[in-house]
Amino acid sequence: MMSSNPYSILAETVPSVFIQGFVLLMLALIFFGTVIQMIHHKNITYFFNNAKKAKLSAERELGAGEKTAIIAKTVIHDIATTAELGAGKRRVAHVLGMWGTILFWVASVVMIFNYSSINAVTPNIWPMMWHIGAIMTCVGGYWFWLFLRVDVLAEAHPWYRIIKADLFVLTLLACATFGLAWSYTQSLSLENRWDDKIFLTLYIVSNLALFGGVYWSKFAHMFYKPGAAIQKNLAEADGSRDNLPPLADAPKQFGLGIKREQPKHY
Amino acid sequence: MSTFVYMTRCDGCGHCVDICPSDIMHIDENIRRAVNIEPNFCWECYSCVKACPNHAIDVRGYADFAPMGHSVRVRREEEKGTISWKIKFRNGTTKDFVSPITTKPWGKFIPKLAEGEKPNDNEINSQMLYTEPNGLNIDGKLPSVPKDTFKKGVYY
Repeated sequence: MMSSNPYSILAETVPSVFIQGFVLLMLALIFFGTVIQMIHHKNITYFFNNAKKAKLSAERELGAGEKTAIIAKTVIHDIATTAELGAGKRRVAHVLGMWGTILFWVASVVMIFNYSSINAVTPNIWPMMWHIGAIMTCVGGYWFWLFLRVDVLAEAHPWYRIIKADLFVLTLLACATFGLAWSYTQSLSLENRWDDKIFLTLYIVSNLALFGGVYWSKFAHMFYKPGAAIQKNLAEADGSRDNLPPLADAPKQFGLGIKREQPKHY
Repeated sequence: MSTFVYMTRCDGCGHCVDICPSDIMHIDENIRRAVNIEPNFCWECYSCVKACPNHAIDVRGYADFAPMGHSVRVRREEEKGTISWKIKFRNGTTKDFVSPITTKPWGKFIPKLAEGEKPNDNEINSQMLYTEPNGLNIDGKLPSVPKDTFKKGVYY
């Protein structure tokens, strides 16, 4: 199962051009969902206005090289490892889910556009990446969903209480879970039994919900958050610091105070 | 006037929810980020502003004494035991302040009251509070400031 390309098996019954068209449709849904959200929420306008204000209160001008170094450091440290979540389980779960999803999507696109014809031979690396990515997404996502999200961890709500903020994580988990189930049932070679077709249908529906729900879900946070992290670090470097005071010139000698414990709202 | 949250900064950790004495900082059900659900009941104690690890919470000042364009922001550094303020006036003048907030490690010197001696009936019925008068460090009388130590020119 791990080394077989599920899309090339699917291409035996569905022309690969349809599968590729589906991916393009999903990309279009992401694009339009994000643009409509930006227009409606005006978050990009706010972001750039804020950046302009920050520039006015900058204490020094950053050179192009310095800016590039800060952006590179932010991408490697803050964005790639979700540094804003601090040390702890939330960060580990987010990193698992984030990198799992990236591997899952990249491998999907590569396999669909390069190796989805019947005679194509898929290098083992891509199906492995697809399956490992989906498993990582499931591990990080279910860990977050069942134990770590603030509703369960801090507010004592049951794990099955669903709110609008769950649209993104639940549809993403549905995609990874049904994708894995579809790949598994397909690899059993059950001939014309219903199993893999049901999971394929669920996989398609969950993809439509994930990418079609961009406007209503927090899907676009994956575009905004990196931008905000870069802007924050540039503001620290140029002295504007979002009007925050500079770091105190004192040794770290007292340990943690209120941050010794996880928040428990109840 | 009341606190508000920068959504791009907030990660929904909930420290503000825990610390708010008015219980008006909540986690939003649509975006799972902190939100002040009742700005009219905010008494601008700055507890959530100081507790936020991402500096995602800010306070709007009253327009009569804090005209538009000003800024009062704070950075609480627990491990250093300091709190820093940056006041920015509308004309661009800025003032920075740093103050200590502890001189001992957090949580190390919490009095273990349950392990202390039980007070007797006299102590229970006394007007004195726990550790008084010794805990007041006043040597049995109220402290006073001699008049000759007053600053010159200050007479009331």
